Amino acid sequence: MTTEGSVAPASLEAGQVIDGYRLDALAHRGGMATLWNVSRVDADASSDAVLALLMKVPRLRGGEDPTAIVGFEVEQMIMPTLTGPHVPRYVAHGDFTRLPYIVMERIEGHSLRERLDAAPLPVDEVAQLGARVATALHDLHRQRVVHLDVKPSNVLLRRNADGSDGDAVLIDFGLSRHDLLPDLLEEEFELAMGTSPYMSPEQVRFVRNDPRSDLFSTGVMLYHLTTGKRPFGAPTSARGLRQRLYREPTAPRTLRADCPPWLQEVILRCLEVRPERRYQTAAQLAFDLQHPDQVVLGERASRVGSGSALGVVKRWFVSLRDSETVEGGAGGQSARSPIVLAAIDIDGAEPALLEAARDTARRLLETDAGARLACLAVMRVNRVGMDELLDADGTPRHLKLLIALRHWARPLQQALSTPAHAGRDAAARVTFHVIEAVDPATAIIDYARRNQIDHIVMGARSSGRFRRHLGSVSARVVAESDCTVTVVRAPTGAG
Amino acid sequence: MKLALIADLHANREAFGAVLAHAAAQGTERHAFLGDYVGYGADPGWVVDRMREHVAAGAIAVRGNHDAAVVAGPQSSMVADARAIVAWTRDRLDPAQLAFLAALPLTRIEDDSLFVHANAWAPQEWAYLEGRSEAARSLFATDRRFTFCGHVHVPMLYNLSGTGKAGEFKPSPGIAIPLSSQRRWLAIPGSAGQPRDGDPAACYAVFDTEAQALTFHRVPYDHAAAAAKVRAAGLPERVAERLGGDH
Repeated sequence: MTTEGSVAPASLEAGQVIDGYRLDALAHRGGMATLWNVSRVDADASSDAVLALLMKVPRLRGGEDPTAIVGFEVEQMIMPTLTGPHVPRYVAHGDFTRLPYIVMERIEGHSLRERLDAAPLPVDEVAQLGARVATALHDLHRQRVVHLDVKPSNVLLRRNADGSDGDAVLIDFGLSRHDLLPDLLEEEFELAMGTSPYMSPEQVRFVRNDPRSDLFSTGVMLYHLTTGKRPFGAPTSARGLRQRLYREPTAPRTLRADCPPWLQEVILRCLEVRPERRYQTAAQLAFDLQHPDQVVLGERASRVGSGSALGVVKRWFVSLRDSETVEGGAGGQSARSPIVLAAIDIDGAEPALLEAARDTARRLLETDAGARLACLAVMRVNRVGMDELLDADGTPRHLKLLIALRHWARPLQQALSTPAHAGRDAAARVTFHVIEAVDPATAIIDYARRNQIDHIVMGARSSGRFRRHLGSVSARVVAESDCTVTVVRAPTGAG
Repeated sequence: MKLALIADLHANREAFGAVLAHAAAQGTERHAFLGDYVGYGADPGWVVDRMREHVAAGAIAVRGNHDAAVVAGPQSSMVADARAIVAWTRDRLDPAQLAFLAALPLTRIEDDSLFVHANAWAPQEWAYLEGRSEAARSLFATDRRFTFCGHVHVPMLYNLSGTGKAGEFKPSPGIAIPLSSQRRWLAIPGSAGQPRDGDPAACYAVFDTEAQALTFHRVPYDHAAAAAKVRAAGLPERVAERLGGDH
């Protein structure tokens, strides 16, 4: 039976076909959504045929529940942008005007929720699960998405071929926020959104753009898996939610004597009220969970009991402060003034590589207040024969490269004209150069030598095409230059 | 179908050429021009002639306040610079070019989309959409799902949800934004010929009608050449300066 017109989610039944997907069996009926195992009717015609599929149909009750509607809109918007092993592969979605749904990869494996009932878990298992979740979160954050509803039921563990647990997979992006897409939830609702035991202090205060919020939630999970208890309970009131802003959780070692100090250090660091005091990236957290002997033990590791009166005051005071004092200050800056050369393959490199090169250059410039940046593009000319110096539209190639180079550097110059860099002329710190050469590698090496360059930043080989013809330019520059060379690669998995 | 949305060209030949080339590379099949083809820049005749070709080939085009002002001629209500620009521009257009501008409609509706220069509630009064309350006012004034307009020279994307709440979003270039069917949308691609957000690169956007996704773009072009022409024409220095990204 093929369905036409508007479909009532409640009336769905096994055997029904929706937009070419047959509902095979009801997999789960939850409060927010119904999940169906589905398969493509024209299975042969699609590469998705081999993929086990799941259809998520939200339970929307006639406008009574705007968060659920907007949340599903958000999920429909964000899921198609995500890739990689740590999210279910997106396949299709259905329009709200008929039947909203998302068809996605069905993950074979179990939910972390099941392990929660067995808590406290062995320390090794806590660390291993935490590292998997943090690795998955780092992949998500690199794709510019903050999950904002990290909790055990939203983490699945892929089942390996031998039956063991594999990669963590994050699901349910209904509260998520993508850096580069409109935040429909923030616009619609002026209330804290999340699952109360797991919400970060900044989420309690309506801040939705900090990836470190997910690390706080991961800390709540780790705490629970380690001790069998929730660090901040499961508050149901706004007042109860705000307690995490000023009440220190009971130290895990007080609840569980065999919790190693390093694990307490890691967990309490995740649960810091100020994001600046937590791990700054999920990758750092994953690293510590995988290298317990590398964890530097601080005051957190030896903390005992629950928040003392003094602790309460301290946490509350810290939560009030708007920003951390930056150490050193302008006076502590080194007087060194290195010259950095950014050799940019401006019309050959992928946008992600250009961005990565710019980020690296910006960091170098920000580190040394006196640093200067020379941006260089090499215009390749032929060894023999006539070169076309004008493009098809009559613009000189030289000029075109210069314009593109200036465009590339613009965000960098803007970063340098912020108040933190006041007193320095941003324009004077960045210069632009286009040179003609038969062989780009030799040209870059010679240029650096002539200009006493301290540090070359360049992209890895740009594309297969150039590499075939020229070999790797960066490999030769690395091998033959006199100075430091940073070869930048675009992050893998960036979406 | 991919539709290029181009607003506020302002007689900037260099920017127009760069945007058209970029749009062609994106696979756009049609153009919608959102007004203000003239005023400020040094090449009004060239830009209007290209516009006429595009409109003859099926492009959408609506009238902007600068187009209307040049048709009407300088008014005493204008500030001195504006009066000078209108007079200078009018002197450089022949009767056929002026007639083309005079015949442009204020609004155009196609399928789910409204094309208008300033806003939907009073297109001929040219009020600016300066925030979400004006955006909501405009979205309430039309029954179309999508409103595309110019006038404000900074790229913006507004939406109106089913519950009547308006949201605003400052887009990043090159990112396809899916426009959910659950809400109505108002998009301002930003100015092609005179961006005013500190970045001299030309603005425009591409709307993919099948995917219902909108992508804002920034196109670098030789703005120094455009500014030099403005200076050479004796037009106000402020206009030339702004092409370099200064406010």
